[in-house]
Amino acid sequence: MQGVASAGAAAKETNYASVAWSQFVPLVVVFVLAIVVPFVSNDYWVLIATRAAVYWVLVAGLNLMIGFAGQLAIGYVALLTLGAYITSVLAAGNVMPPVNPFIALGVAGLGGSVFGVIVGLPALRLRTFYFAISTLGFATIVTQTALAWQSVTGGGIGLPGPEFPAPLNTHWGFYYFCLAIAAFCTWMTYNVAQSRFGRALIAVRDADVAADATGISKPRLLIVVFLFCGALAAVAGGLFASLQTYITPEAFTFDLSVLFFIAVLIGGRGSILGPLLGTVILTLLPEFAAPLAAWSTFLYAVLLLVIVLAAPGGIAALLDFKSRNPLQSNRAIVPRPALLDDVLAARTRGGVITLRNVVLKFGGVRAVDDVDLNIRPGEIHGLIGPNGSGKTTILNVISGFYRPEAGEVTFGGVQLDLGKPETRAARGIARTFQTPRIIGEASVLQNVMIGGTIRGRATFAETLLLLPRHRRDEAMLRKMALQALGSVGLESLADVRADRLQHSELRFIEIARALMSQPTFLLLDEPAAGLAADEIQRLGQFIQEIVRRGVGVMLVEHHADLIFDICHHVTVLNLGRVLASGTPAEIRVHKEVVSAYLGG
Amino acid sequence: MLASILASGLAMGAVYALIGITYNTMFSASRVVSFTAGQLGMLGGVFGSLFVLRLGMPMIIGLLFTFACCAIIGVITEIVAVRPVLKSLDQHLYVLSTLALALMIQQVTAIEWSTEPQPFPRIFGIGSGGITDERFWLPIVACAATIIGLELLYRRTLIGHAFLAIAEDNFAARALGLPERNLRIASYALAGMIGALAGFSGGALLLAFVANGFLLNFYGFIPVALGGLGNNRGAIVGGFALGIFQQTANFLVGGIFSSVVVFVIFIILLLAAPQGLFGASATRRV
Repeated sequence: MQGVASAGAAAKETNYASVAWSQFVPLVVVFVLAIVVPFVSNDYWVLIATRAAVYWVLVAGLNLMIGFAGQLAIGYVALLTLGAYITSVLAAGNVMPPVNPFIALGVAGLGGSVFGVIVGLPALRLRTFYFAISTLGFATIVTQTALAWQSVTGGGIGLPGPEFPAPLNTHWGFYYFCLAIAAFCTWMTYNVAQSRFGRALIAVRDADVAADATGISKPRLLIVVFLFCGALAAVAGGLFASLQTYITPEAFTFDLSVLFFIAVLIGGRGSILGPLLGTVILTLLPEFAAPLAAWSTFLYAVLLLVIVLAAPGGIAALLDFKSRNPLQSNRAIVPRPALLDDVLAARTRGGVITLRNVVLKFGGVRAVDDVDLNIRPGEIHGLIGPNGSGKTTILNVISGFYRPEAGEVTFGGVQLDLGKPETRAARGIARTFQTPRIIGEASVLQNVMIGGTIRGRATFAETLLLLPRHRRDEAMLRKMALQALGSVGLESLADVRADRLQHSELRFIEIARALMSQPTFLLLDEPAAGLAADEIQRLGQFIQEIVRRGVGVMLVEHHADLIFDICHHVTVLNLGRVLASGTPAEIRVHKEVVSAYLGG
Repeated sequence: MLASILASGLAMGAVYALIGITYNTMFSASRVVSFTAGQLGMLGGVFGSLFVLRLGMPMIIGLLFTFACCAIIGVITEIVAVRPVLKSLDQHLYVLSTLALALMIQQVTAIEWSTEPQPFPRIFGIGSGGITDERFWLPIVACAATIIGLELLYRRTLIGHAFLAIAEDNFAARALGLPERNLRIASYALAGMIGALAGFSGGALLLAFVANGFLLNFYGFIPVALGGLGNNRGAIVGGFALGIFQQTANFLVGGIFSSVVVFVIFIILLLAAPQGLFGASATRRV
């Protein structure tokens, strides 16, 4: 059985290489076409193409921020302005002796990354609209500062943009320079998109709770991305200033910002090709509709509204032909527990999770009232009780989503950080959710790979440049994810978009994702809810197989049959207190439990 | 000097507070924060100048027409940019849909009206440049009138109670049989008129200028963010505080750097208290 599965995995392996390749080819085609432009047109079109390339340098970064991480930065023109002024001021020598334009461009990149973080910081704490408006405010301020700081920026009169040495001072030379930078940026963002960082960004966007539970630290991840986006935007600014030959604050209108983020949204979230096409289309649009040039921003706005209301997937969804093939209809989930030996190979053994005198109140309600609990490795610990008895609340306390007011939670004798869910994966505690928290727009395999995010070793910089450690990470995560998917019996759905799956399949995918982190403890929140009877039976067997390999499982469930069939130990809760605790056989005959919950 | 800082600070504060109330009125009815709030303020000034100065209507007729036009734009906001995305509030699509509509309003105004600031008519012709000038006290009077009007509406009338019910618990209100959709449309019309009043009463200060739209979006949102979304009292206190603070900073460090100061302090306060200084605590995530 195992041999068959690994042969299947090998076939999948090549399949994925070709999938990744088929996503890269269209990007190459776009750039080959771009190389041809000067040979088949005149200087004017070369200028327009240069502009598109410069815009794309910025949008490529912004795409990670808006399209992947879902942070609606609507005032990103501020960083273009900043980069343009830093480059121009340094090259013109307004504050110190003139600097070589390449060095000025590099300094602008550094400055841009610093301000990228400053602009982005509010996103770590604020909600969507707040963040959008704070970037809008930042955009206003940068322009006003450029106007006011006359001694440096030339105020309203402006200053000349940097001039690059020959052969980059010709139309052709500068175009190919910008195109090369754009191609490099595309390649880097493509590498990020295909990496654990890209998947983590999408997780933060669509399933932030699951991201926390898999150990993704949102602040650390976003700050790295802000650094990168800010640098790209500022470099684009330097190129923009050179392209314009002369810059004033009026050159950086809010309309440009609008173009940038609409390009991403028209292109589609979580895609590289879509936003690239979006940028090209929006740059060209006013050229083809000359009488409408004054109305171009109005057109962009109409496009934005249409996209939001009618086609939230954007161009990328239109080009996604694969997801229109019908799936096989009568699919059955047949787990293959034998594969669990490989899946859990790197697991470390740990001690006991102990809750002592834990209290948690919601307003006046004592949701958890002085609870003691021990969960041991290699055991299934069932947690049952009527609705509102505090089962899931206890699970949330252990997994760090709720912070108890009193009491302590230890694991192997060491305190767990209360209220910090992102620390649990590294300690070997994984969980699933009552409603599966799955990223619908990502493939099943990508969803499972997210579970192994903390097992990656490569830094963001290594990923950008596709260095060996990054490639080892990806190969390792892919192999593990295919094994995990195989063990729950869903590997045939690996490259299907997760939102096309059935509810029961999502439950098993969540378990596969949780297994990716090599957990010592697995906390399952009503895993059988919504499953058919035969699926519940297979789930039960699968959980037993997991536990046989030394993992401890905490099972919050309403299906009493499942609980009494597979649990080693059962705790019954009522109104936040422990009503009874013991073996299934003891609980089954416990008087109060029978009258309060099981029914006689 | 102190008197003139206070006068202009309170006047600008009143305008910001009114825009804040516009945001809140839309938010209470739909849980949507709309970018059209600032645009309505801008349109209040533009329509006022258009009807009274360009078309020569009497002041009171011009005001009524301005109210009517902005109410219609409020309703359009609800139909075009809010209703279609209500089903998926958690995806924050409203940020984009209302921004798209705000951009359209902005562009049409820029092209059909002017991109330069245009004069706004004097309403009563009282005071001449000093701190008793009508441009300083008109916004304050308008703000006071709005507060009193809203209090009467919410406390004394049945439809006001219905507004409150929708704001408190949308589902329960619908279960009681309240016509939720019509109430929402009415709220948006009301928000349109409050925004119009902000622009109209502040017309002499802000002029009929298309760039006021996003400026008011930003400065009008600051009191809302600090006071807590949906909290009108917070918006009023925040609005006046912002106005006075901004004018003081204007006087101390100069106009352009004062906006830097306001922005930085706004961000720091928000990072310290993301729910606003008077806001409710966060909802549960799992």
